[in-house]
Amino acid sequence: MRLNVTCLIVVAGFVSTSNAADWRQFRGNAANSVAAGESLPTELSGDTIAWKTELPGRGLSGPIVVGEQVFVSASSGYTQDRLHVISVDVATGKQQWERQFIATGRTLTHDKMCNATPTMASDGKRVFAFFSSNDLICLDLEGNLQWLRGFGSEFPNASNSLGMSSSPVVVGNTVVVQVESDAEAFACGVDVESGATIWQITRPRAANWTSPSILPATDNQPALVLLQSSKGLTAVDPISGKIVWDFDKGASTIPSATVDAGAIVIPSNGLTAIRPAADNTFDQLWNSSTISPGTASPVVVDGMAFALNSSGVLSAGDTQTGERLWQLRLRGSFSSTPISANGYLYLFNEDGNAFVVKPEKDKGIIISELDLAEKILCSPGAANGALYVRSDAHLFKLAERQ
Amino acid sequence: MRFFLSGIIVALLQSGLTSFACADATSDSIAVLRTVQPGAVDSAAARKAVDQLTAGGSKSLLPLLNGFHDASPLTVNWLRNAFEQIADAETKAGRKLPQKELEAFVTDQQQSPFARRLVYETLKRSDASVEDRLIPDMLLDASPEFRRDAVARLIKEASGVEDAAKSTPLYRKAFTGAVHEDQVKTIAEALRTNKEEVDIQRHFGFLSQWSIVGPFDNKEGKGFAMAFGPELEINACKDPDPQAEYDGQLAKVKWQPIATTDDYGVVDIAKQIENYKGSLMYATTTWTSDKDQQVEIRLGTPNSWKLWVNGKLVFEREEYHRSSQLDQYRVPVTLNAGKNMLMFKICQNEQTQDWAQRYQFQIRVCNSTGSAILPATSTARSEIKSGVQQ
Repeated sequence: MRLNVTCLIVVAGFVSTSNAADWRQFRGNAANSVAAGESLPTELSGDTIAWKTELPGRGLSGPIVVGEQVFVSASSGYTQDRLHVISVDVATGKQQWERQFIATGRTLTHDKMCNATPTMASDGKRVFAFFSSNDLICLDLEGNLQWLRGFGSEFPNASNSLGMSSSPVVVGNTVVVQVESDAEAFACGVDVESGATIWQITRPRAANWTSPSILPATDNQPALVLLQSSKGLTAVDPISGKIVWDFDKGASTIPSATVDAGAIVIPSNGLTAIRPAADNTFDQLWNSSTISPGTASPVVVDGMAFALNSSGVLSAGDTQTGERLWQLRLRGSFSSTPISANGYLYLFNEDGNAFVVKPEKDKGIIISELDLAEKILCSPGAANGALYVRSDAHLFKLAERQ
Repeated sequence: MRFFLSGIIVALLQSGLTSFACADATSDSIAVLRTVQPGAVDSAAARKAVDQLTAGGSKSLLPLLNGFHDASPLTVNWLRNAFEQIADAETKAGRKLPQKELEAFVTDQQQSPFARRLVYETLKRSDASVEDRLIPDMLLDASPEFRRDAVARLIKEASGVEDAAKSTPLYRKAFTGAVHEDQVKTIAEALRTNKEEVDIQRHFGFLSQWSIVGPFDNKEGKGFAMAFGPELEINACKDPDPQAEYDGQLAKVKWQPIATTDDYGVVDIAKQIENYKGSLMYATTTWTSDKDQQVEIRLGTPNSWKLWVNGKLVFEREEYHRSSQLDQYRVPVTLNAGKNMLMFKICQNEQTQDWAQRYQFQIRVCNSTGSAILPATSTARSEIKSGVQQ
């Protein structure tokens, strides 16, 4: 029995504490790791595990939440060629449906990764599951296949022998994917309804594990999608695929840029902040080599920029100057990107330890910790007062008990 | 009475016509799914076809499963989704799936391995005993997943036997079906502990004997796209001349034999010749086939490469030091009856990191399950006298 009944702990005792939005893609709806308006539990303990549901395969992909459903992808099989998409009831943790597919592209990855590394995305009516094998699968919320793309077979050289990890983002009616490797690299916009390619652009031919970010629309400029690579950061019109501007000072190929109040913080020479202007140029605000992210993407909120290195040192910087404010050593190695909610940071190390950190201007304070005792490499999701995170074996919901 | 009989006849006719109509609709829907093309160009028609199939309920299941036969990966995924939707709906409605027919389908080796495995896993959810009934006979199945399960059972059985005389036959039997590296390693280790000889290289079908020439220039990675002596001959529709002397990177170069005794067929240029940085080499071998046949050439290398079969470039890959694994790449090719000439171009870059120094490849010929296809003329390890034949 897939569902771990014993772990469906008196779910009626847990409540939603806010009516905030869904969590529809990697790093949330705005792809910036900020759970705006959410109030998540700050005193994590065994009591805050609302439920824990067994998963059918491995995954570094984070959970997403649409309405009353949590979706997560997984991969299984000796060659990781079995692709899974699972829908779980937010309230009970009960699996509603599971759909499986056979990968059409290359499935082998580094042992630490697996085929289900990219996080799913949703437009609220459909979910889009993307895999290292470059299979992009669209299902409706009931699990009915809408369309599928086998970019791995359409572009057989667009793969990475270590694995691909870029998560898709949805902007309007376009789902944007980055498929970038040493041998072949492109990005494309796919129509959410039909699965047809709307645009495709050639990208720098180099291994790249970053995910697209979103620069929200302003009065003068429609929303732009930000594509990062070793060359820098390129702003692209998600409707036409037209390049709007290009930051060409180089950037990391693992942690991804994030956006806060119109400024973009790029993992470039440590961290570099720029602000786009109306005339499709941009100003560099600051650069800090002392705030440097590892695998996790930076988080910017409340006037501070946070970068977590792979060995668990959390650095905070001032978003006005780039000056480093403080550092806090957490425990263990980190791959997961933290999220911010209601003035707190939520961080998960690879050993499954969750940390709640209260960032103040001069220091960071660990408020609580919880050992989930399972390897966690994914970035968590947050919706309706609950935090969702997955290991290779389980999907967890953490929420305040009433 | 006459009216009553004619009513029955009409009803029967209508029933039959409806049944034929349903059968036609099912066939039409499957036909639509069997022709789906890359690019999601026909996803609307595919969705409609799935809706028609699911409306047919469990009656659609067997025709749908038959539709997997020789289907493209995209079709397999559409059909699979239709099957899962129907199975879910039937289960939720409290109806049983046609167990007997489905179990018969699983055992039909002529059917798609993907479809058979899907059915098996569906049946197993409601009847765990299906594993004991079916898996033991699947050691040489066309599905690598069924083979894996059958091999795992034998390994488990053998590992519980202390007497080597009794465990060895079990391990030997398991070895015949094993296609995955981890199981082959486990079995080989156990057999060697039992003082048994094991030829892993032959088991996987590695190509162990090559002629190699080089180094040619690959500074700044430019050599990947450039054609040097042997490649120029291939481009001119000639086989490389085994007696030729070419202008190499450092001096004139000639073909020399190179062989490997490595269990996993690794030809290690860095160790057996030299790790010339910013260089490339060409290696050729012949593979004698007793018939025209479709095979997979599977290879692993951390270096950039190109592969030609009988003068035709079948794949090329420009990626350096992103790991090397057994079966890292799978290239489907057609081999001709008689001698087939394979030429492999392997490129080393100039990275200086410790993890970027390997200059090696492993290539094997197998079928789609990963089971070795041996050449008509064997190149088994036992026939090689030395690691490097100068």
